[in-house]
Amino acid sequence: MSNISDERRQELEEKANDIRLSIIDMLLVAGSGHTAGPLGMTDIFTVLYFYILNHKPSEPTWPERDRVVLSNGHICPVLYATMAHAGYFPIEELKTLRKFGSRLQGHPHREWLPMLETSSGPLASGLSQAVGMALAEKIDVGTTGGKRIYCLLSDGELESGNIWEGAMLAGKNKLNNLVGIIDRNNIQIDGYTEDIMPLEPLADKWRAWNWHVIEIDGHNIEEIVDAFNMAKTVYEKPTMIIAHTIPGKGVKDFERDYRWHGKPPNKEEAEMAIRELRSLGGKITGHHND
Amino acid sequence: MINPDLKLNTKMFDKDVEQSPIRKGFGEGLVVAGENDPQVVGLCADLTESTQMHLFKEKFPNRFVEIGVAEQNLASVASGMAAMGKIPFITSYAMFSPGRNWEQIRTTICYNDRPVKIVGSHAGISVGPDGGTHQAVEDLAITRVIPRMVVISPCDAIEAKKATIAAAKTGTPVYLRLAREKTPVMTTVDTPFEIGKAQIFWQSKKPKVGIIATGALLHRALMSAKSLEKEGLEVEVMNLSTIKPLDEKAIIALAQKTGNIVTVEEHQIRGGMGSAVAECLAKNNPVPMRFIGVDDVFGQSGTPDELIEHYGMGEKDITKAVRELIKQ
Repeated sequence: MSNISDERRQELEEKANDIRLSIIDMLLVAGSGHTAGPLGMTDIFTVLYFYILNHKPSEPTWPERDRVVLSNGHICPVLYATMAHAGYFPIEELKTLRKFGSRLQGHPHREWLPMLETSSGPLASGLSQAVGMALAEKIDVGTTGGKRIYCLLSDGELESGNIWEGAMLAGKNKLNNLVGIIDRNNIQIDGYTEDIMPLEPLADKWRAWNWHVIEIDGHNIEEIVDAFNMAKTVYEKPTMIIAHTIPGKGVKDFERDYRWHGKPPNKEEAEMAIRELRSLGGKITGHHND
Repeated sequence: MINPDLKLNTKMFDKDVEQSPIRKGFGEGLVVAGENDPQVVGLCADLTESTQMHLFKEKFPNRFVEIGVAEQNLASVASGMAAMGKIPFITSYAMFSPGRNWEQIRTTICYNDRPVKIVGSHAGISVGPDGGTHQAVEDLAITRVIPRMVVISPCDAIEAKKATIAAAKTGTPVYLRLAREKTPVMTTVDTPFEIGKAQIFWQSKKPKVGIIATGALLHRALMSAKSLEKEGLEVEVMNLSTIKPLDEKAIIALAQKTGNIVTVEEHQIRGGMGSAVAECLAKNNPVPMRFIGVDDVFGQSGTPDELIEHYGMGEKDITKAVRELIKQ
């Protein structure tokens, strides 16, 4: 049973829809970038930033904030859009994505946008950084309490050994302040993950390194909330949430097609996507559909 | 003559000159750095005693993290700890860190602007019998090319201790190069040390050649200078322990004073300290140069002395390079 009210859940679903609209808008203006991953992870980012995180968007350097590490930096449109909607910077700035001089670099760079916890892009080093943050916190505050460290990962990057180095160290040190979230969307640039390099049985792999594993529907707000809350109760282990997601979620023509991994929509496709998102997949009609 | 202002070891030319491993100076320095600042932490990839981090581990067990044989993780975990305010020192053999984990160092430490101190021990060909796989002679090239990185290659154990204490305070990424073998101690505790400052260890009235050395080979350069003096051939010898940021002012001054430069390093000639000096002089004050170092080959097993002689980095090679320049 979820501990989130229907009203709050609905608010989060609407927020996620707004963030998806922003993602389409910014990718169209940018003319390059990744579409499938950001749309697929929007529900999780929404829950994280609007329900779970202990943070102060008006004070990004607040020392007590929870930390978010985006390991697969290429899905940064969803990070930027969610942060803007949460109040970190103006939503209008999203349209500068990938432009010369923009704070919103093609892959996240904290020199340009210091409110980011890490710079990322080259895959598979985010988890290690999150492990380092969790370890530092353990040195400072001991075994209980303190900040929580959230690390968002793609499934494709799990093919890299660096991930498993970090996984082992986290398990060894029982980092219960560390939560990983895998975007299990089964696609990567060259095709479907199980064709490129099979990852299954994925949950067993994490359990083998002494992680607590939770598998969820990555688009079900209640399941996402419950998983994050469950992770807070696990004492002896770090937690890995394997979120089964649909790449391109929210726009039927984009869904489950790996060709949308690394390209933006053109004007026509963006208009179609916006129409679909504004009508919540055709469920509602009205002047917003125009 | 030995520069009297630097309070150097006056017994450096004696047969029984004190010998100590440069890595030992690091180990002792890290304990002091740890005492100076509670944020200093140590991380190691299964080479704790080898890299002399065991001294820190014994003193501060709660601030030491054993990473295991996982150098990519070593670099990125340190970056994460630095993000939380720590000042991490990471140790392994130079071949593996910064060798194996270069991209993690570039992206998660330097691009991220995190003050992680990468300590590469057993650098150079003098690691000896382990053979070519373990002889890091490319590490200076791959670290000095990364923006924000400070690169230090101390000449002896005492300087390594000072460099370690200073590295903890820079607020930047630092690469600190260490060697395994015992090597002659040329400095004393009273010798001044400052990151980015080159020092003339051997002075002459009318030097015809400037020798710029980094690391333990500095001792062979000084031996060469001393024997050349007996022949009436005057040179000056510079200890260039900080390779980045480069003390351009001192290097240009030496080139202007001598008109000829020989660089000496236990590293590939291509991309190393000599290249850094050449970049500086080609732009500011071009002079004829000779480069003592490994000439585009891999090493092999042997004693340190055998290998240094075989690969052309011995005292006689330095002397020969000086003579060649003067004949021109």
